[in-house]
Amino acid sequence: MKLEDLKKIREQASKDMELRQKQARVKIVVGMGTSGIAAGARDVLKALLDEIAARNLTDVMVTQTGEKGLASHEPMIEVHEEGKDVVIYGNIDADKARKIIAEHIVNHNPVSEYVIEVK
Amino acid sequence: MMDDICAHITDVVANSVSAGAKKVFIFLEKSTIKNALHLKITDNGKGMDEETAKKVVDPFFSTKTGRKVGLGIPLLKGTAETCGGYFNLKSALGEGTEIDVFFTLDHPDLPPIGNLKDTILILTVSNPEVDFLFNIKNDVINFIFDTEEIKGLLDGVPINSPEVIKFLTNYLDEHLNFI
Repeated sequence: MKLEDLKKIREQASKDMELRQKQARVKIVVGMGTSGIAAGARDVLKALLDEIAARNLTDVMVTQTGEKGLASHEPMIEVHEEGKDVVIYGNIDADKARKIIAEHIVNHNPVSEYVIEVK
Repeated sequence: MMDDICAHITDVVANSVSAGAKKVFIFLEKSTIKNALHLKITDNGKGMDEETAKKVVDPFFSTKTGRKVGLGIPLLKGTAETCGGYFNLKSALGEGTEIDVFFTLDHPDLPPIGNLKDTILILTVSNPEVDFLFNIKNDVINFIFDTEEIKGLLDGVPINSPEVIKFLTNYLDEHLNFI
């Protein structure tokens, strides 16, 4: 496997690829401050990326942010959807992150049991 | 708390990104011959003045408002010194920051390196606007992972696209098994 193979991906990517990424429907922000990392934020981020790749979710983007000041609820993730309130999930692990992708992102039903704040 | 070297790398890189870095260079060498684990992270973020640079190694200092304790750097320094190594931080305001950390490889308190593949993937994909250059080596193999090169090959296709995430996961799985 060579990096050069990325050219094939580029060629296969449809013309609307850049467009669809620029207009990402959902942005998921993972808290990656020291306390988040210590609490397992890396596994959460990896699980989110795995799901996005496996489900081919072209309109979902994952980014990271620093400390949020709610260290006791780490790992935390925020789901930003256009035209909707921001949903903040707390005490997330890899399994919960996968469930959030399936329920919230794909089926549009926020997983209320993990929600710590809506704003 | 920070149970492996990769947790420290993730933490330091998060600091670099918060400091506005657009390029981050991560060097990790595990040498049995030199009995050393050597980690160097260099960024072109906003840097720190001398006074601040001295203070970040102090566990009771943080520039973040509302939080008085920044533990990441002091924990890394503590681990290095426990493991018969050293920790150096160099920074220049407006230019960037470099940390240079050395551990004795066979020291019993040295934490495991951790999952380097996942670490490289999550850092590069969740910070698409930052360029990363990873240089990972042992006594035999020298592995380079350069996101500028990757982005060049992708020619406009975002690095955080599902297809690319899948590709990079497999690529790292195949090439980063020596450390």
